[in-house]
Amino acid sequence: MLKYSLRRIIKLIPVLVAITLMVFTLMYLTPGDPALQKLTSQGGAVTPELLAAERHEMGLDRPFFVRYIDWVVNVAQGDFGNSFKDDQPVAVKLLKALGYTGALAAASTLFSVLIAIPIGVYTAIKKDSIFDNIVRVLTFTGNAMPNFLIALLLMFLFCIKVKFFPVIATASLKGMFLPTLALSIPMISRFARQTRADVMCQLSEEYVIGMHARGVKERIILFRNVLHNSLGSIITIVSLQIRVLIGGSVVTEMIFRWPGIGSLMMNSITARDYPVVQGAVLILSTLQVLINLLTDLSYYVIDKRISME
Amino acid sequence: MKTEKPKLSRSQIKQLKLKRKVIIWGVVVTMILVLSFFAPYFLPYDPLETNAAMMRKAPSLQHLFGTDNMGRDVLSRLLAGARTSIFATIMLVIISFFVGTVVGVICGYYGGALDDLVMRFTDILLSVPQLVLAIAVAGMLGGSLVNTMIAIGITSWTSYARLARSHAMRIRQLPFINACRLTGCSDAHIIITHVVPNLIGPMLVNATLEIGTTMLSIAGLSFLGLGVAPPTPEWGAMVSESRNYLQLAPWAVFAPASAILLTVMLFNYFGESVCDLASSKEA
Repeated sequence: MLKYSLRRIIKLIPVLVAITLMVFTLMYLTPGDPALQKLTSQGGAVTPELLAAERHEMGLDRPFFVRYIDWVVNVAQGDFGNSFKDDQPVAVKLLKALGYTGALAAASTLFSVLIAIPIGVYTAIKKDSIFDNIVRVLTFTGNAMPNFLIALLLMFLFCIKVKFFPVIATASLKGMFLPTLALSIPMISRFARQTRADVMCQLSEEYVIGMHARGVKERIILFRNVLHNSLGSIITIVSLQIRVLIGGSVVTEMIFRWPGIGSLMMNSITARDYPVVQGAVLILSTLQVLINLLTDLSYYVIDKRISME
Repeated sequence: MKTEKPKLSRSQIKQLKLKRKVIIWGVVVTMILVLSFFAPYFLPYDPLETNAAMMRKAPSLQHLFGTDNMGRDVLSRLLAGARTSIFATIMLVIISFFVGTVVGVICGYYGGALDDLVMRFTDILLSVPQLVLAIAVAGMLGGSLVNTMIAIGITSWTSYARLARSHAMRIRQLPFINACRLTGCSDAHIIITHVVPNLIGPMLVNATLEIGTTMLSIAGLSFLGLGVAPPTPEWGAMVSESRNYLQLAPWAVFAPASAILLTVMLFNYFGESVCDLASSKEA
């Protein structure tokens, strides 16, 4: 286990280097002079001398790779630079927002898994029943729904028609409910479809027929064998969905004004506050890479044969 | 004389049924494409004309889907935006398909260091959240339809490249390719006349499945204000413009949003029917 984990972690290093390089290049290529933007966003007249001094102070007159290395070293120490807008450290802003996004992502993933897996298993057993058909139509629709449609629909129904939830989500259980639900609906659709397909595939395997023949209880076959064997592909789809979830949370956070990284990133793009955008993209990408790592490690926990390859 | 009906096996009947499904959805999708292409010539109202007296009017016979916050007819904007929304999606799928296939085939056919390099690069692109990267790129480039397409295209070609590569690697090892080499065919000739025709089928199946997701990505970006510049009608942008008036004019939000949902569903149905048919042929 330790050897396998170590090998996976070492493999991570080039990916992280590439991501930092990509994020840095993206900002480097951005049209516009950061020094000028910083000065104008702070207000006041910009003279050429002031601009040159600011450029020197920000280190913009140094070559690309020097700036990149400098930036990576700073980021590794937790220094993401300061926001152009209010000169606050970006790291503080990111950390605060990360908690909100993390809570939302964790809640909606957990909620989706808890709802979708029983639905998936049940529809696989009762294939072509009325319930299965209804679920099929619903999951197909949920799969094709744009994130903002779900969020706006929920907001319209529960905040405007039935004034049960606040329009602006507050950091309470009640305020979190709608954004969580909005993020969960597409995920539930995908998880349920995947679980159904996997369980059905497993049910037609010979070992299941064999266990039936030996008189093993249906329940035991289902929970001890079938579900355990489909766990790998369920984890795969969950980890793939987290990638979509991170993107979708930007839209949902914007609509419900949830103060997470997505909102922070969008507001910073509008305000052309690039250090914050840079930090947000880096944090979300790193998070994604770590989730990929956890997924790979969890395959090993489920099935020890994986490390052989 | 009675002509005997040819007996079809069960699997043949199943295939015919799947084929029928593909044809039905194919016709529906073609109709949508034709309609969206010609719709801008048959608009009930000017989609850009604002009217202060007709602001946020509920759906009626004059305005089937009501009017938006600036008094513009929602139906007209919906129809005018159809071409932008749908054709941007199709264009992006075609471009990613083309780029991905070319890169994938070259990598898969030649292998070696270039292949390693490109595949590591796609690994990295696949390991960052697609929409986040797209938002950052579109945010940097500034909002416009082309920039949105670039922002999504940066990552979307990778899945085609990986698929094309795996097929090209498989085909490369088949005996007939060796035979071609022995007869002195050039690599370019082998790739164009033998490798590509053998992998284009599964690649097209994948592309039809991708249309829906691509459309959702574009809609997401333009909802965030990173798509077309207002007042150009585009579905995602229409939702974005009207969402602040959700309480007063829900139709202006839900009409374009439902249009996206319906179109994506139709394309998904089409994609799945094609995929089912293809996998039944393989079996």
